[in-house]
Amino acid sequence: MDKNIALKVDNVSVRFNMTTEKVDSFKEYVIKKVRRQLRYNEFWALKEVSFQIMKGQRVGVLGLNGAGKSTLLKVIAGVLKATEGTVTKNGTIVPLLELGAGFDPQYTGAENIYLYGAVLGYSKAFIQEKFNEIVEFSELGDFINVPIKNYSSGMKARLGFSIATVVEPEILILDEVLSVGDAQFRKKSERRIKDMFDKKVTVLFVSHSLAQVRSLCDHAIILEHGRIVAQGESQKVCDLYEQKLGR
Amino acid sequence: MKRLVANFKKYRYLLGELVKKDIKLKYRNSVLGFLWTLLEPLLTMMVLTFVFSSFLERNSIKNFPVFILCGRLLYSYFSNGTKLALKSIRRNGSMIRKVYVPKYIYPLSSALSGFITFLLSLTVLVGVAAVQHIKPTWYLLQAVIPLITILIMTIGVGFILATLDVFFRDAEYLWGVILMLIMYASAIFYDPSKILDNPMKAWVLKYNPLYAIIMNFRHSIFGEPMEIKYAAYAFGFAVVTLVVGLTMFYKKQDKFILYI
Repeated sequence: MDKNIALKVDNVSVRFNMTTEKVDSFKEYVIKKVRRQLRYNEFWALKEVSFQIMKGQRVGVLGLNGAGKSTLLKVIAGVLKATEGTVTKNGTIVPLLELGAGFDPQYTGAENIYLYGAVLGYSKAFIQEKFNEIVEFSELGDFINVPIKNYSSGMKARLGFSIATVVEPEILILDEVLSVGDAQFRKKSERRIKDMFDKKVTVLFVSHSLAQVRSLCDHAIILEHGRIVAQGESQKVCDLYEQKLGR
Repeated sequence: MKRLVANFKKYRYLLGELVKKDIKLKYRNSVLGFLWTLLEPLLTMMVLTFVFSSFLERNSIKNFPVFILCGRLLYSYFSNGTKLALKSIRRNGSMIRKVYVPKYIYPLSSALSGFITFLLSLTVLVGVAAVQHIKPTWYLLQAVIPLITILIMTIGVGFILATLDVFFRDAEYLWGVILMLIMYASAIFYDPSKILDNPMKAWVLKYNPLYAIIMNFRHSIFGEPMEIKYAAYAFGFAVVTLVVGLTMFYKKQDKFILYI
Protein backbone atom coordinates (compact mmCIF):
# COMPACT_ATOMS: atom_id res chain seq x y z
CA MET A 1 0.00 0.00 0.00
CA ASP A 2 1.06 3.55 -0.69
CA LYS A 3 2.98 4.84 2.31
CA ASN A 4 1.16 8.14 2.26
CA ILE A 5 -2.21 6.55 2.84
CA ALA A 6 -3.17 6.38 6.50
CA LEU A 7 -6.49 4.64 6.19
CA LYS A 8 -8.11 2.88 3.29
CA VAL A 9 -11.73 1.78 3.37
CA ASP A 10 -12.34 -0.43 0.40
CA ASN A 11 -15.84 -1.31 -0.72
CA VAL A 12 -17.09 -1.91 2.83
CA SER A 13 -20.62 -3.19 3.38
CA VAL A 14 -22.19 -4.20 6.65
CA ARG A 15 -25.35 -6.25 6.82
CA PHE A 16 -27.47 -6.80 9.87
CA ASN A 17 -29.97 -9.60 10.07
CA MET A 18 -32.86 -8.48 12.11
CA THR A 19 -35.07 -11.33 13.15
CA THR A 20 -38.68 -10.34 13.11
CA GLU A 21 -38.94 -11.94 16.52
CA LYS A 22 -36.07 -12.28 18.93
CA VAL A 23 -34.91 -15.85 19.37
CA ASP A 24 -32.47 -16.47 22.14
CA SER A 25 -33.25 -19.85 23.55
CA PHE A 26 -32.35 -23.14 22.01
CA LYS A 27 -35.89 -24.48 22.29
CA GLU A 28 -37.37 -21.52 20.46
CA TYR A 29 -34.71 -21.77 17.78
CA VAL A 30 -35.39 -25.44 17.08
CA ILE A 31 -39.15 -24.99 17.05
CA LYS A 32 -38.96 -22.00 14.75
CA LYS A 33 -36.42 -23.66 12.51
CA VAL A 34 -38.59 -26.74 12.14
CA ARG A 35 -41.66 -24.66 11.44
CA ARG A 36 -39.61 -22.47 9.12
CA GLN A 37 -40.59 -19.38 11.01
CA LEU A 38 -37.08 -17.99 11.20
CA ARG A 39 -37.35 -14.94 9.02
CA TYR A 40 -34.74 -12.29 8.75
CA ASN A 41 -35.09 -8.73 7.60
CA GLU A 42 -31.90 -7.81 5.85
CA PHE A 43 -30.63 -4.39 6.60
CA TRP A 44 -27.52 -2.83 5.11
CA ALA A 45 -26.08 -0.33 7.54
CA LEU A 46 -23.26 0.39 5.10
CA LYS A 47 -23.24 -0.31 1.41
CA GLU A 48 -20.15 -0.23 -0.78
CA VAL A 49 -18.38 2.50 1.12
CA SER A 50 -14.95 3.36 -0.24
CA PHE A 51 -12.61 6.19 0.58
CA GLN A 52 -9.06 6.77 1.60
CA ILE A 53 -7.41 9.20 3.92
CA MET A 54 -3.90 10.42 3.21
CA LYS A 55 -1.48 11.01 6.06
CA GLY A 56 -2.12 14.31 7.75
CA GLN A 57 -5.57 14.76 6.24
CA ARG A 58 -8.45 15.67 8.47
CA VAL A 59 -11.69 14.17 7.27
CA GLY A 60 -15.12 14.94 8.59
CA VAL A 61 -18.03 12.50 8.26
CA LEU A 62 -21.45 14.05 8.01
CA GLY A 63 -24.83 12.39 8.03
CA LEU A 64 -28.16 12.24 9.74
CA ASN A 65 -28.94 9.80 12.53
CA GLY A 66 -29.00 6.29 11.13
CA ALA A 67 -26.87 7.16 8.14
CA GLY A 68 -24.24 4.65 9.22
CA LYS A 69 -21.67 6.91 10.87
CA SER A 70 -21.30 4.90 14.06
CA THR A 71 -21.22 1.64 12.14
CA LEU A 72 -18.44 3.03 9.97
CA LEU A 73 -16.42 4.05 13.01
CA LYS A 74 -16.95 0.64 14.59
CA VAL A 75 -15.70 -1.10 11.47
CA ILE A 76 -12.63 1.12 11.36
CA ALA A 77 -11.94 0.63 15.06
CA GLY A 78 -12.15 -3.14 14.54
CA VAL A 79 -15.10 -3.72 16.84
CA LEU A 80 -17.39 -4.76 14.04
CA LYS A 81 -16.36 -6.92 11.13
CA ALA A 82 -17.46 -5.79 7.71
CA THR A 83 -19.70 -8.23 5.84
CA GLU A 84 -17.84 -7.37 2.65
CA GLY A 85 -14.82 -5.27 1.88
CA THR A 86 -11.69 -4.42 3.81
CA VAL A 87 -10.23 -1.71 5.98
CA THR A 88 -6.48 -1.17 5.88
CA LYS A 89 -4.76 0.93 8.50
CA ASN A 90 -1.30 2.33 8.45
CA GLY A 91 -0.26 3.41 11.93
CA THR A 92 -1.60 3.38 15.47
CA ILE A 93 -5.24 4.30 15.75
CA VAL A 94 -6.58 6.00 18.82
CA PRO A 95 -10.36 5.87 18.81
CA LEU A 96 -11.66 8.46 21.22
CA LEU A 97 -15.09 6.93 21.07
CA GLU A 98 -16.08 5.19 24.24
CA LEU A 99 -13.78 6.49 26.91
CA GLY A 100 -13.36 4.10 29.77
CA ALA A 101 -14.92 1.13 28.02
CA GLY A 102 -12.66 -1.21 29.96
CA PHE A 103 -13.06 0.21 33.42
CA ASP A 104 -13.94 -2.12 36.23
CA PRO A 105 -16.11 -0.35 38.81
CA GLN A 106 -14.59 -2.23 41.73
CA TYR A 107 -11.05 -1.31 40.78
CA THR A 108 -9.47 1.90 42.01
CA GLY A 109 -8.51 4.63 39.57
CA ALA A 110 -4.87 3.60 39.70
CA GLU A 111 -5.65 -0.06 38.99
CA ASN A 112 -7.92 1.00 36.16
CA ILE A 113 -5.12 2.95 34.53
CA TYR A 114 -3.25 -0.32 34.09
CA LEU A 115 -6.36 -2.24 33.07
CA TYR A 116 -7.64 0.28 30.54
CA GLY A 117 -4.13 0.86 29.26
CA ALA A 118 -3.87 -2.87 28.60
CA VAL A 119 -7.24 -2.82 26.84
CA LEU A 120 -5.92 -0.11 24.55
CA GLY A 121 -2.91 -2.28 23.83
CA TYR A 122 -0.28 -0.32 25.77
CA SER A 123 2.66 -2.18 27.26
CA LYS A 124 3.24 -2.34 30.98
CA ALA A 125 6.47 -0.37 30.76
CA PHE A 126 4.73 2.37 28.82
CA ILE A 127 1.95 2.69 31.40
CA GLN A 128 4.41 2.76 34.27
CA GLU A 129 6.34 5.48 32.54
CA LYS A 130 3.25 7.57 31.86
CA PHE A 131 1.41 6.82 35.09
CA ASN A 132 2.18 10.10 36.82
CA GLU A 133 1.41 12.09 33.72
CA ILE A 134 -2.01 10.43 33.46
CA VAL A 135 -2.86 11.05 37.11
CA GLU A 136 -1.73 14.62 36.87
CA PHE A 137 -3.69 15.36 33.72
CA SER A 138 -6.86 13.80 35.10
CA GLU A 139 -6.65 16.08 38.17
CA LEU A 140 -8.03 13.30 40.33
CA GLY A 141 -5.47 13.74 43.09
CA ASP A 142 -6.09 11.44 46.04
CA PHE A 143 -9.23 10.04 44.42
CA ILE A 144 -6.96 7.91 42.26
CA ASN A 145 -6.93 5.33 45.08
CA VAL A 146 -10.72 5.20 45.42
CA PRO A 147 -12.79 2.52 43.61
CA ILE A 148 -14.20 3.90 40.39
CA LYS A 149 -17.76 3.02 41.34
CA ASN A 150 -17.64 6.01 43.68
CA TYR A 151 -16.57 8.40 40.91
CA SER A 152 -18.85 10.91 39.30
CA SER A 153 -19.37 10.48 35.57
CA GLY A 154 -17.20 13.54 34.97
CA MET A 155 -14.33 12.04 36.95
CA LYS A 156 -14.57 8.80 35.01
CA ALA A 157 -14.56 10.63 31.70
CA ARG A 158 -11.55 12.68 32.78
CA LEU A 159 -9.61 9.57 33.68
CA GLY A 160 -10.64 7.83 30.46
CA PHE A 161 -9.60 10.80 28.39
CA SER A 162 -6.26 11.12 30.17
CA ILE A 163 -5.42 7.45 29.57
CA ALA A 164 -6.56 7.36 25.95
CA THR A 165 -4.70 10.48 24.91
CA VAL A 166 -1.40 9.76 26.60
CA VAL A 167 -0.11 8.12 23.43
CA GLU A 168 0.81 10.08 20.35
CA PRO A 169 -1.54 8.61 17.80
CA GLU A 170 -1.00 8.56 14.08
CA ILE A 171 -4.69 8.28 13.34
CA LEU A 172 -7.22 9.87 15.64
CA ILE A 173 -10.90 8.99 15.49
CA LEU A 174 -13.25 11.43 17.13
CA ASP A 175 -16.98 11.14 17.62
CA GLU A 176 -18.12 14.75 18.13
CA VAL A 177 -15.64 17.06 19.77
CA LEU A 178 -15.28 15.74 23.24
CA SER A 179 -16.92 17.64 25.97
CA VAL A 180 -15.39 16.08 29.01
CA GLY A 181 -15.80 17.27 32.58
CA ASP A 182 -16.20 20.88 33.66
CA ALA A 183 -15.39 23.98 31.66
CA GLN A 184 -11.81 24.07 32.87
CA PHE A 185 -11.06 20.48 31.97
CA ARG A 186 -12.82 20.87 28.66
CA LYS A 187 -10.46 23.65 27.75
CA LYS A 188 -7.52 21.48 28.72
CA SER A 189 -8.74 18.49 26.73
CA GLU A 190 -9.46 20.63 23.70
CA ARG A 191 -5.96 22.01 23.90
CA ARG A 192 -4.55 18.49 23.98
CA ILE A 193 -6.50 17.56 20.86
CA LYS A 194 -5.46 20.79 19.16
CA ASP A 195 -1.85 19.87 19.95
CA MET A 196 -2.35 16.57 18.21
CA PHE A 197 -3.89 18.38 15.26
CA ASP A 198 -0.88 20.67 15.09
CA LYS A 199 1.41 17.66 14.96
CA LYS A 200 -0.19 16.76 11.63
CA VAL A 201 -2.01 13.74 12.93
CA THR A 202 -4.53 12.08 10.62
CA VAL A 203 -8.06 12.69 11.84
CA LEU A 204 -11.39 11.06 11.18
CA PHE A 205 -14.06 13.20 12.73
CA VAL A 206 -17.76 12.44 12.99
CA SER A 207 -20.08 15.27 13.77
CA HIS A 208 -23.48 16.82 13.38
CA SER A 209 -22.04 20.27 13.63
CA LEU A 210 -21.24 21.77 10.25
CA ALA A 211 -19.38 24.62 11.87
CA GLN A 212 -16.95 22.23 13.55
CA VAL A 213 -16.35 20.27 10.37
CA ARG A 214 -15.73 23.49 8.47
CA SER A 215 -13.22 24.75 11.00
CA LEU A 216 -11.39 21.51 11.73
CA CYS A 217 -11.42 19.41 8.59
CA ASP A 218 -9.97 19.81 5.13
CA HIS A 219 -12.01 16.98 3.61
CA ALA A 220 -15.52 15.72 4.21
CA ILE A 221 -17.81 12.82 3.39
CA ILE A 222 -21.59 12.67 3.46
CA LEU A 223 -23.22 9.39 4.34
CA GLU A 224 -26.84 8.74 3.55
CA HIS A 225 -28.57 5.41 4.21
CA GLY A 226 -25.22 3.69 4.40
CA ARG A 227 -23.87 5.03 1.12
CA ILE A 228 -21.43 7.79 0.38
CA VAL A 229 -23.30 10.45 -1.55
CA ALA A 230 -20.57 13.07 -1.67
CA GLN A 231 -16.93 13.44 -0.80
CA GLY A 232 -14.30 16.03 -1.40
CA GLU A 233 -13.02 19.33 -0.18
CA SER A 234 -14.72 20.17 3.09
CA GLN A 235 -16.18 23.62 2.36
CA LYS A 236 -17.84 22.39 -0.83
CA VAL A 237 -19.19 19.27 0.79
CA CYS A 238 -20.48 21.25 3.74
CA ASP A 239 -22.28 23.63 1.39
CA LEU A 240 -23.86 20.66 -0.30
CA TYR A 241 -24.92 19.21 3.04
CA GLU A 242 -26.48 22.51 4.00
CA GLN A 243 -28.47 22.49 0.76
CA LYS A 244 -29.63 18.96 1.49
CA LEU A 245 -30.74 19.93 4.97
CA GLY A 246 -32.45 23.04 3.65
CA ARG A 247 -34.61 21.02 1.30
CA MET B 1 -0.21 -17.04 11.58
CA LYS B 2 2.52 -14.45 12.03
CA ARG B 3 -0.11 -11.80 12.63
CA LEU B 4 -1.80 -14.05 15.17
CA VAL B 5 1.39 -14.37 17.17
CA ALA B 6 2.08 -10.64 17.01
CA ASN B 7 -1.46 -9.94 18.13
CA PHE B 8 -1.14 -12.36 21.02
CA LYS B 9 2.10 -10.70 22.09
CA LYS B 10 0.49 -7.30 22.03
CA TYR B 11 -2.38 -8.40 24.23
CA ARG B 12 -0.44 -10.77 26.48
CA TYR B 13 -0.22 -8.02 29.05
CA LEU B 14 -3.99 -7.52 28.95
CA LEU B 15 -4.47 -11.25 29.50
CA GLY B 16 -2.31 -10.99 32.62
CA GLU B 17 -4.23 -7.96 33.81
CA LEU B 18 -7.58 -9.70 33.38
CA VAL B 19 -6.40 -12.79 35.24
CA LYS B 20 -5.06 -10.59 38.02
CA LYS B 21 -8.34 -8.71 38.16
CA ASP B 22 -10.42 -11.88 38.52
CA ILE B 23 -8.28 -13.10 41.38
CA LYS B 24 -7.96 -9.74 43.12
CA LEU B 25 -11.65 -8.89 42.99
CA LYS B 26 -12.85 -12.31 44.01
CA TYR B 27 -11.91 -11.78 47.60
CA ARG B 28 -11.95 -8.01 47.91
CA ASN B 29 -14.39 -6.91 50.60
CA SER B 30 -14.59 -10.33 52.21
CA VAL B 31 -13.27 -10.48 55.77
CA LEU B 32 -11.37 -13.72 55.41
CA GLY B 33 -10.26 -12.83 51.91
CA PHE B 34 -7.89 -15.26 50.31
CA LEU B 35 -8.40 -17.75 53.17
CA TRP B 36 -11.67 -18.74 51.51
CA THR B 37 -9.72 -20.39 48.72
CA LEU B 38 -8.40 -22.78 51.35
CA LEU B 39 -11.37 -22.93 53.69
CA GLU B 40 -13.98 -23.76 51.09
CA PRO B 41 -12.46 -27.06 49.92
CA LEU B 42 -11.48 -27.94 53.46
CA LEU B 43 -15.01 -27.50 54.75
CA THR B 44 -16.66 -29.36 51.86
CA MET B 45 -14.16 -32.17 52.34
CA MET B 46 -15.12 -32.41 56.01
CA VAL B 47 -18.81 -32.51 55.16
CA LEU B 48 -18.32 -35.16 52.48
CA THR B 49 -16.07 -37.25 54.70
CA PHE B 50 -18.63 -37.09 57.47
CA VAL B 51 -21.54 -37.97 55.21
CA PHE B 52 -19.86 -40.78 53.34
CA SER B 53 -17.79 -42.41 56.04
CA SER B 54 -19.65 -42.13 59.33
CA PHE B 55 -23.16 -41.41 58.24
CA LEU B 56 -23.92 -43.69 55.32
CA GLU B 57 -21.77 -46.79 55.48
CA ARG B 58 -18.42 -47.99 56.50
CA ASN B 59 -15.96 -47.00 53.91
CA SER B 60 -13.21 -49.21 52.58
CA ILE B 61 -11.15 -46.46 51.00
CA LYS B 62 -7.91 -45.67 52.76
CA ASN B 63 -7.15 -42.03 53.50
CA PHE B 64 -10.66 -41.05 52.59
CA PRO B 65 -10.24 -37.30 53.26
CA VAL B 66 -7.30 -37.08 50.82
CA PHE B 67 -9.17 -39.23 48.32
CA ILE B 68 -12.16 -36.88 48.43
CA LEU B 69 -10.09 -33.73 48.40
CA CYS B 70 -8.21 -34.76 45.23
CA GLY B 71 -11.43 -35.39 43.35
CA ARG B 72 -13.25 -32.45 44.77
CA LEU B 73 -10.51 -29.89 44.01
CA LEU B 74 -10.07 -31.02 40.41
CA TYR B 75 -13.79 -31.21 39.79
CA SER B 76 -14.51 -27.79 41.24
CA TYR B 77 -11.79 -26.24 39.11
CA PHE B 78 -13.31 -27.79 36.01
CA SER B 79 -16.80 -26.75 37.04
CA ASN B 80 -15.96 -23.18 38.09
CA GLY B 81 -13.57 -22.57 35.21
CA THR B 82 -16.01 -23.71 32.54
CA LYS B 83 -18.89 -21.81 34.14
CA LEU B 84 -16.85 -18.60 34.23
CA ALA B 85 -15.70 -19.06 30.64
CA LEU B 86 -19.27 -19.79 29.55
CA LYS B 87 -20.45 -16.42 30.77
CA SER B 88 -17.31 -14.53 29.81
CA ILE B 89 -18.43 -13.19 26.44
CA ARG B 90 -21.77 -11.95 27.65
CA ARG B 91 -20.31 -10.63 30.90
CA ASN B 92 -17.89 -8.49 28.90
CA GLY B 93 -20.49 -7.61 26.30
CA SER B 94 -20.36 -3.89 26.93
CA MET B 95 -16.61 -3.90 26.34
CA ILE B 96 -16.79 -6.05 23.22
CA ARG B 97 -19.28 -3.62 21.73
CA LYS B 98 -17.05 -0.63 22.34
CA VAL B 99 -13.39 -1.42 21.96
CA TYR B 100 -11.38 -3.88 19.94
CA VAL B 101 -9.71 -6.60 21.96
CA PRO B 102 -9.18 -10.13 20.64
CA LYS B 103 -12.21 -11.93 21.97
CA TYR B 104 -10.54 -15.21 22.85
CA ILE B 105 -8.92 -13.35 25.70
CA TYR B 106 -12.13 -13.41 27.77
CA PRO B 107 -12.77 -17.18 28.05
CA LEU B 108 -9.04 -17.79 28.22
CA SER B 109 -8.52 -15.42 31.14
CA SER B 110 -11.48 -16.98 32.99
CA ALA B 111 -10.02 -20.46 32.67
CA LEU B 112 -6.56 -19.23 33.68
CA SER B 113 -7.59 -17.23 36.72
CA GLY B 114 -9.58 -20.22 37.98
CA PHE B 115 -6.49 -22.35 37.46
CA ILE B 116 -4.33 -20.10 39.57
CA THR B 117 -6.76 -20.07 42.50
CA PHE B 118 -7.00 -23.82 42.08
CA LEU B 119 -3.22 -24.22 42.30
CA LEU B 120 -3.20 -22.10 45.44
CA SER B 121 -5.97 -24.19 46.97
CA LEU B 122 -3.79 -27.27 46.51
CA THR B 123 -1.98 -26.18 49.70
CA VAL B 124 -5.01 -27.54 51.56
CA LEU B 125 -4.27 -30.91 50.03
CA VAL B 126 -0.68 -30.68 51.21
CA GLY B 127 -1.87 -29.92 54.73
CA VAL B 128 -4.44 -32.71 54.87
CA ALA B 129 -2.00 -35.20 53.35
CA ALA B 130 0.56 -34.30 56.02
CA VAL B 131 -2.01 -34.81 58.77
CA GLN B 132 -2.87 -38.19 57.25
CA HIS B 133 0.83 -39.16 57.20
CA ILE B 134 1.08 -39.48 53.44
CA LYS B 135 4.71 -39.04 52.55
CA PRO B 136 5.66 -37.39 49.28
CA THR B 137 7.35 -39.67 46.75
CA TRP B 138 8.93 -39.19 43.35
CA TYR B 139 5.60 -40.17 41.84
CA LEU B 140 4.31 -36.80 42.94
CA LEU B 141 6.03 -35.27 39.91
CA GLN B 142 3.56 -37.12 37.68
CA ALA B 143 0.83 -34.82 38.98
CA VAL B 144 1.95 -32.26 36.40
CA ILE B 145 0.36 -34.34 33.65
CA PRO B 146 -3.21 -34.44 35.01
CA LEU B 147 -2.91 -30.78 35.96
CA ILE B 148 -1.92 -29.72 32.45
CA THR B 149 -4.58 -31.98 30.97
CA ILE B 150 -7.37 -30.46 33.05
CA LEU B 151 -6.20 -26.95 32.18
CA ILE B 152 -6.33 -27.68 28.45
CA MET B 153 -9.69 -29.38 28.79
CA THR B 154 -11.18 -26.51 30.78
CA ILE B 155 -9.97 -23.97 28.20
CA GLY B 156 -11.31 -26.09 25.34
CA VAL B 157 -14.70 -26.72 26.90
CA GLY B 158 -14.77 -23.06 27.95
CA PHE B 159 -14.41 -21.95 24.33
CA ILE B 160 -17.18 -24.27 23.20
CA LEU B 161 -19.54 -23.10 25.94
CA ALA B 162 -18.74 -19.41 25.55
CA THR B 163 -19.60 -19.66 21.86
CA LEU B 164 -22.86 -21.53 22.48
CA ASP B 165 -23.91 -19.20 25.26
CA VAL B 166 -23.82 -16.15 23.01
CA PHE B 167 -26.48 -17.65 20.78
CA PHE B 168 -28.46 -19.68 23.28
CA ARG B 169 -28.95 -18.32 26.75
CA ASP B 170 -30.05 -21.68 28.10
CA ALA B 171 -26.58 -23.13 27.66
CA GLU B 172 -25.84 -21.93 31.18
CA TYR B 173 -28.60 -23.95 32.83
CA LEU B 174 -28.08 -26.98 30.66
CA TRP B 175 -24.39 -26.98 31.49
CA GLY B 176 -25.23 -26.84 35.22
CA VAL B 177 -27.17 -30.07 34.90
CA ILE B 178 -24.49 -31.74 32.80
CA LEU B 179 -21.87 -30.75 35.34
CA MET B 180 -23.84 -32.51 38.05
CA LEU B 181 -23.95 -35.62 35.90
CA ILE B 182 -20.19 -35.39 35.37
CA MET B 183 -19.66 -35.02 39.11
CA TYR B 184 -21.51 -38.24 39.91
CA ALA B 185 -19.75 -40.03 37.07
CA SER B 186 -16.27 -39.11 38.27
CA ALA B 187 -15.97 -41.22 41.42
CA ILE B 188 -15.24 -38.25 43.63
CA PHE B 189 -16.68 -39.64 46.83
CA TYR B 190 -17.16 -43.32 46.19
CA ASP B 191 -14.96 -46.28 45.44
CA PRO B 192 -14.58 -46.62 41.65
CA SER B 193 -13.56 -50.30 41.77
CA LYS B 194 -17.14 -51.48 42.32
CA ILE B 195 -18.24 -49.82 39.12
CA LEU B 196 -15.15 -50.73 37.14
CA ASP B 197 -15.66 -54.41 38.02
CA ASN B 198 -19.14 -54.38 36.61
CA PRO B 199 -18.86 -54.71 32.81
CA MET B 200 -22.27 -53.12 32.34
CA LYS B 201 -21.35 -49.95 34.19
CA ALA B 202 -17.62 -49.66 33.68
CA TRP B 203 -17.91 -47.48 30.58
CA VAL B 204 -19.23 -44.61 32.70
CA LEU B 205 -15.82 -44.19 34.28
CA LYS B 206 -13.68 -45.56 31.49
CA TYR B 207 -14.81 -42.98 28.96
CA ASN B 208 -15.01 -40.08 31.37
CA PRO B 209 -11.86 -38.00 30.85
CA LEU B 210 -12.38 -36.15 34.12
CA TYR B 211 -12.35 -39.46 35.98
CA ALA B 212 -9.11 -40.40 34.23
CA ILE B 213 -7.56 -37.10 35.32
CA ILE B 214 -8.72 -37.43 38.92
CA MET B 215 -7.57 -41.03 39.15
CA ASN B 216 -4.09 -40.31 37.86
CA PHE B 217 -3.81 -37.32 40.15
CA ARG B 218 -4.68 -39.54 43.09
CA HIS B 219 -2.06 -42.08 42.01
CA SER B 220 0.56 -39.34 42.06
CA ILE B 221 -0.43 -38.22 45.54
CA PHE B 222 -0.57 -41.75 46.97
CA GLY B 223 2.82 -42.61 45.45
CA GLU B 224 1.71 -45.03 42.75
CA PRO B 225 2.57 -45.08 39.05
CA MET B 226 0.12 -43.47 36.65
CA GLU B 227 -2.09 -45.47 34.31
CA ILE B 228 -0.65 -44.41 31.00
CA LYS B 229 -3.64 -45.44 28.89
CA TYR B 230 -6.00 -43.30 30.89
CA ALA B 231 -3.57 -40.40 30.89
CA ALA B 232 -3.17 -40.58 27.12
CA TYR B 233 -6.92 -40.82 26.60
CA ALA B 234 -7.62 -37.79 28.81
CA PHE B 235 -4.88 -35.75 27.19
CA GLY B 236 -6.09 -36.62 23.71
CA PHE B 237 -9.63 -35.73 24.70
CA ALA B 238 -8.48 -32.38 26.10
CA VAL B 239 -6.58 -31.50 22.93
CA VAL B 240 -9.59 -32.41 20.79
CA THR B 241 -11.89 -30.18 22.88
CA LEU B 242 -9.39 -27.35 22.53
CA VAL B 243 -9.23 -27.71 18.76
CA VAL B 244 -13.01 -27.97 18.46
CA GLY B 245 -13.50 -25.06 20.84
CA LEU B 246 -11.07 -22.77 19.05
CA THR B 247 -12.51 -23.64 15.65
CA MET B 248 -16.07 -22.95 16.80
CA PHE B 249 -15.01 -19.74 18.46
CA TYR B 250 -13.09 -18.42 15.46
CA LYS B 251 -15.89 -19.27 13.06
CA LYS B 252 -18.51 -17.47 15.09
CA GLN B 253 -16.68 -14.65 16.84
CA ASP B 254 -17.51 -11.97 14.29
CA LYS B 255 -21.18 -12.56 14.94
CA PHE B 256 -20.97 -12.23 18.72
CA ILE B 257 -21.46 -8.51 18.64
CA LEU B 258 -24.83 -8.91 16.97
CA TYR B 259 -26.16 -11.12 19.75
CA ILE B 260 -24.81 -9.68 22.99
